[in-house]
Amino acid sequence: MKKNSRLAMGLAALLLIPLYFMPFWSIKMSAPQYPGGIGMYISIDDVTGHNKHDLKSINTLNHYIGMAEINKEDFKEFEVMPYVFLVMIFLGLLAAFTGSYRLTFTWLILMVLIGIIGFIDFYMWGYDYGHNLSPDAPIKVPGMSYQPPLFGCKQLLNINACSIPHTGSIFLGLSLILASVVLWKEKK
Amino acid sequence: MNLTLTQKTKPMKTIKLNNLSRILTGAGILIVSAFILTGCPSNQNMLDTSDAAQKVYVAPGDYDSYYAFLSGGYSGQLSVWGLPSARMLKVIPVFSQDPETGYGYTEETKPLFNTSYGFIPWDDSHHPHISQTNGNSDGRWIFINANNTPRIARIDLTTFETKEIIELPNTGGNHASSFVTNNSEYVIGATRFSIPYEKDLDVAINSYSESFRGALTFLKVNPESGRMNVDFQIIVPPFNYDLGRAGKGVSADWVFFTTYNTEQAHTMLEVNASRNDKDFVAAVNWRKAAELVAEGKGKTMSAEYYHNYYEGKQGFAVSKVNNEVTVLDTREVENFIYYLPTPKSPHGVDVDPSGELLVAGGKLATVIPVHSFSRMIKAIENEEFDEFIDGIPVLKYDSTIIGEVENPGLGPLHTEFDGKGYAYTSVYISSEIVKWSLETFEVVDRIDSYYSIGHLMITAGDNVNPEARYLLGLTKTAKDRYLPTGPKQNHPAQLYDISGDKMQLLYDFPTIGEPHYAQAIAAEKIMPNSKQIYEMEENDHPYALTRITENRVVREGNVVRVYMGATRSHFRPDNIEGIKVGDTVFIHLTNMEQEWDVVHGIAIKGVPNSEVLVVPGQTKTLKWTPTRTGIYPFYCTAFCSALHQEMQGYIRVSAANSNVPLTWVTGTN
Repeated sequence: MKKNSRLAMGLAALLLIPLYFMPFWSIKMSAPQYPGGIGMYISIDDVTGHNKHDLKSINTLNHYIGMAEINKEDFKEFEVMPYVFLVMIFLGLLAAFTGSYRLTFTWLILMVLIGIIGFIDFYMWGYDYGHNLSPDAPIKVPGMSYQPPLFGCKQLLNINACSIPHTGSIFLGLSLILASVVLWKEKK
Repeated sequence: MNLTLTQKTKPMKTIKLNNLSRILTGAGILIVSAFILTGCPSNQNMLDTSDAAQKVYVAPGDYDSYYAFLSGGYSGQLSVWGLPSARMLKVIPVFSQDPETGYGYTEETKPLFNTSYGFIPWDDSHHPHISQTNGNSDGRWIFINANNTPRIARIDLTTFETKEIIELPNTGGNHASSFVTNNSEYVIGATRFSIPYEKDLDVAINSYSESFRGALTFLKVNPESGRMNVDFQIIVPPFNYDLGRAGKGVSADWVFFTTYNTEQAHTMLEVNASRNDKDFVAAVNWRKAAELVAEGKGKTMSAEYYHNYYEGKQGFAVSKVNNEVTVLDTREVENFIYYLPTPKSPHGVDVDPSGELLVAGGKLATVIPVHSFSRMIKAIENEEFDEFIDGIPVLKYDSTIIGEVENPGLGPLHTEFDGKGYAYTSVYISSEIVKWSLETFEVVDRIDSYYSIGHLMITAGDNVNPEARYLLGLTKTAKDRYLPTGPKQNHPAQLYDISGDKMQLLYDFPTIGEPHYAQAIAAEKIMPNSKQIYEMEENDHPYALTRITENRVVREGNVVRVYMGATRSHFRPDNIEGIKVGDTVFIHLTNMEQEWDVVHGIAIKGVPNSEVLVVPGQTKTLKWTPTRTGIYPFYCTAFCSALHQEMQGYIRVSAANSNVPLTWVTGTN
């Protein structure tokens, strides 16, 4: 690969580093009682509130409809993901260093696979979280489930929940675009 | 058309009490003639109704531009309003117990009411004053005085809660209070009713002149915590010390107090304290006085006064008793206090934004006298003294006076400033506000008040940089202004627009208690610092729950402590058994919420106490000594959530000799 391509691929790998420092996903919930909204951020190793105590508030609200509490400790993903991305950064840098087109191609495929698996995992968690309700729930609305949207907004009783990418995803996106451009240029 | 006629009325020197009716008739004629002579009457000067309505209209969801703090007077509290809408935001309980919140009923807040005379559940709060930085209100704390049993309270403006109350020793009627100096170095207090300075001295009342003394108090404020302590007192001649103000700018090292009753009357002051043609403004160089104290020029005297405050962020207020106080006696130490002769029982003494002009409102005077600070300093240097009273030099009137505002109406009381060269004085008897020029000392505008105005307040009107937006007139009687509510109407306040040349009446609204002084501060100085919750992880209350799962009931002899948590929508524990008649039960309730404005409360049937309201992250304690066996339901008093009605529990109280084991459960039916 040309020098410029190798530099670009190196950059693509390094663009994954911000994921360690900022959330890549956000779920914002709006309701009449929450004029400023509440919500949570998801990063590769943590789930936190938009504001300091939002997670506590979300758990308090959700207990009325029997949803499980959200606790960081319950997510295996937060233990695995930092290593997955560490490997990807290493592989990306290796591709840049060696200038291997095949490795670069494999890297991009792996990244897309990680994305697909991530979305499936997120959907499955959301399904379980929204459907697996405690039989002791004080509020039971027949036929109602509370699965948060995978992408976009959804009205859940009094709460409008919006699930959208956050800043980390910008870097992730740039990384993927950069790697794709490298492959496209080198193909020609 | 001028008032010198009444001004020259001969002082009534040989009046006896049995001539009272003649005096009253005379006073009546005086007042009536003054009305006639006052010249052109003021008028309503209200904007077109829809224009006025627009100026006070704050749309739903929008914020007011000012916080206004109105003293509660005989309610003992401090009410908070938004201006210009005049929407009430809150009543902060300060000197009176408040069963609505449990303030003064919970174990945490009861110590705030301790005094050297015991637990006093009420007082009369007059003059709120916001802490200052460089002569401008900074919005950190607000201080307010208790007039009856002399005390000063400090309210934290991040939580709008009373955090400290300190008693003033050897003082009667702390009225000239709680004004702060330019950088909140000191909060001042003073004796309105001179009393013997020696603690608990039992003497004949008619030994007034020999035995009674006045005391001016200087409370030092810790710049970080706001905690106050009595730094020193100045012992002064036994006059009535009425109101005070700190200087600013050139006069920032000084504070000023008005005096009346320089006649030293102790009975029928209405007459006997109104004889002298002039009383005094006392000018105190507080920096000099503090230096003298630091140099050891003061003496230590015995006293007894309480200091009540919180040691940590939360927990129980503590009461510390102090047994001595440092005093400067003007008969022994000099060159820090001076008397400025001022006409006829002056009430307010107010300092213009530059600090150069001292405006005194003579209740019975026919002019508003204005002293010059720089002339005062010069007169002190040149020793232009009339006499000395107990070591205090009395300056010559002509040496300090720079102007007299003619035709100000009858009964000028208080003055505030707009920073654009004008002063606004409230005038009680003629029930109006007069606007006058600080250059020409001429009245330029006047407007009615409804009725009989006491204090007035301009937005930041006592600051170095006033904001000439609104003026609030705090009036003494409502009479026909609102729908009638029986023999007693609530005290009114009127809002005026003072942004233009002419004052314009915008709004008129009833308040709570009897507002005396009030202060307004720009919303942005307080709003960003207003706390939404108490952080649970910072809860240093000794009986707090940090996790709701740690809820428990502990018996220590006859004392039973319930460590209870409240969260939407249950108490933990909510079924308690094993409490016996004669036990002393402490319910330590922690609100486990960490969400703004989600408040829980507890009330238990038959408990001779108030409810207890607990804000998020706070712990409050209800003390209860059950006297009857039975089942006692309790419930959450605040509509906290959709299942608020389900937020309840039971306490079983058994006979003193029963052996019901102590148990507590939640959730297992």
